[in-house]
Amino acid sequence: MARPFTPKVITANDLLEGDVIYFKADDSWTRDLSQAELIVDEAEAQLRLLEAEKQNISIVGAYLADAKAGANGPEPVHFREDFRRKGPSNYSHGKQEAAAHV
Amino acid sequence: MYKYNAFDEAFLAERNAQFRAQVERRIDGSLTEDEFKPLRLMNGVYLQLHAYMLRVAIPYGTLNSDQMRALALLAEKWDKGYGHFTTRQNIQYNWPKLPDIPDMLDALGEAGLHAIQTSGNTIRNTTADHFAGAAADELTDPRPFAELIRQWSTDHPEFQFLGRKFKIGITGSPNDRAVVKAHDVGLRMVERDGEIGFEVIVGGGLGRTPMVGKVIRDFLPQPDLLPYLESVLSVYNVLGRRDNKYKARIKITVQENGIDKIRELVEARFEERRHEFDGTDQELLAEIKTHFAAPQFRSGDTSAYDAAYNNDPVFRAWADTNLAEHRDANHAIVTISIKKHGDTPGDATADQMRVMADLAEELGYDELRISHQQNVILPHVHKNDLPVIHARLKDASLATANIGLISDIIACPGMDYCALATARSIPVAQEIATRFDALKLEHDIGHLQIKISGCINACGHHHVAHIGILGLDRAGVENYQITLGGDATETAAIGKRTGPGFAYDEIVPAVERLVDAYMGLRTDASETFLETYRRLGMEPFKTALYPEAQKKVA
Repeated sequence: MARPFTPKVITANDLLEGDVIYFKADDSWTRDLSQAELIVDEAEAQLRLLEAEKQNISIVGAYLADAKAGANGPEPVHFREDFRRKGPSNYSHGKQEAAAHV
Repeated sequence: MYKYNAFDEAFLAERNAQFRAQVERRIDGSLTEDEFKPLRLMNGVYLQLHAYMLRVAIPYGTLNSDQMRALALLAEKWDKGYGHFTTRQNIQYNWPKLPDIPDMLDALGEAGLHAIQTSGNTIRNTTADHFAGAAADELTDPRPFAELIRQWSTDHPEFQFLGRKFKIGITGSPNDRAVVKAHDVGLRMVERDGEIGFEVIVGGGLGRTPMVGKVIRDFLPQPDLLPYLESVLSVYNVLGRRDNKYKARIKITVQENGIDKIRELVEARFEERRHEFDGTDQELLAEIKTHFAAPQFRSGDTSAYDAAYNNDPVFRAWADTNLAEHRDANHAIVTISIKKHGDTPGDATADQMRVMADLAEELGYDELRISHQQNVILPHVHKNDLPVIHARLKDASLATANIGLISDIIACPGMDYCALATARSIPVAQEIATRFDALKLEHDIGHLQIKISGCINACGHHHVAHIGILGLDRAGVENYQITLGGDATETAAIGKRTGPGFAYDEIVPAVERLVDAYMGLRTDASETFLETYRRLGMEPFKTALYPEAQKKVA
């Protein structure tokens, strides 16, 4: 039996800055996972990925990453995606640095 | 030190101009990522977890003060104020923006540095003994040969699309500080009948299939170096597998075909190739050698050093761990630890880089080295200058006295940065160093190498550590396997796995249990961890690591 589909977000890296970005329901990109579109249907996920890849001129390496619904939007399932969401653990760089400056 | 000539400068400027145009074409959409990726990799540009990463070669680990300042400039102007020195004598910048990278490469070019062939399936930066030209035990300085290899391999048309990457390491000393047996080709200078030549080792490597290299030629005369290397590469290029990325390195080619068959093929190819070399390479080598003439070492007594050593215990502790024997009795080799307890192994800030550059310029014959152990070296220092150097290093948080000790840990970037990683390495290293610093035990523990990799590719050299740690992803959770008994020197050995791995919060206590066991088992303080392991084997350490399992058996 096929494994049940788990919810996904589409994520990639920005072409110029290289930082982690997420695909939103309105076909734009956000730096913030909680703003991403959570896709719960497998067929829809493939279509949305194709839609995201239309913007390959300004993004790199879009893929579907497991995510779950949280109180404030999608949250990571795997620790790798958690690091991508936050930044490294040895310095407050990356997204955690950006957040500290808000 | 090698100084670029007009040809080198023009070549590099043209190459950088080409890459600038390639970046522009990617940004304006003329190139797809699939087209651009191999081009950026050829110039050391990776895309990692959070950002691009630029890997800059430090050829055979040698820098002058201006080059170190150029590295500081890049860190400050286009990155986040620091750089990360790696196990392959490279420096990595973790946060460059793509449009800035051509400017970074131009700034490097002005200092005689580049990022060419720091990635991709080509011949990578040739690494060398970081004490080259200074060590008391050295036959001859291997760096002119390494520079010859750099020039020969850069843009070599036959070897731009190898089956996989290809790493060469070289040492001029019988004591191997360059891990040459874990390279695709290792070159070890040996003496026979009064002539110095190379022992050529092939098929070593770490990664998912760790292997100690095998001797393919026990004595290669110096003039035959390039034709012989070209023959090894040529045989590999034809015979190496291209159907499976994980079986593509030359270590697998050697394993599958046998060293005897490889040797036979290489020797046959060598007979063909050597005639194509008309002596131009030897003229070039002779010219290169003039750049590496040893400095005029200052004479004079060492009374200031002796006084500091006898009167200042902090200086003495540092001198005991961080100095190595120089070939001139009044000089010493200084290893500057960039492993302060709790800091990221291998990271130096722009300010620290400038302090080290200034010390090299003022008191170190303008030479610096980067070691595969992720530290910085002042290879030539008159002993009387050591107290001043120590004081200035202390002011810059660079005077940690831990070289060769448990906190002198090699750690790859791991999942804090690397797109390939399966677990974190850096925080594990930070916590081990902090823990043993708090216990105030590390000088008592003595020589002990811990090396940590955040994935099976083994950039952190965990296979050749006395205590190796490999971070894996087990069902979505970080898990760390331990290996014991690895050795990175001329008696190279691959460590053996102890058993099941440990969770992130269990790994530091596990290391502590291992060290406690060693302290109880060693004959006396002169027996190192590795020697105790070799004497007693795995069992007592397993008992210490897995007390629960032992109880079940009992």
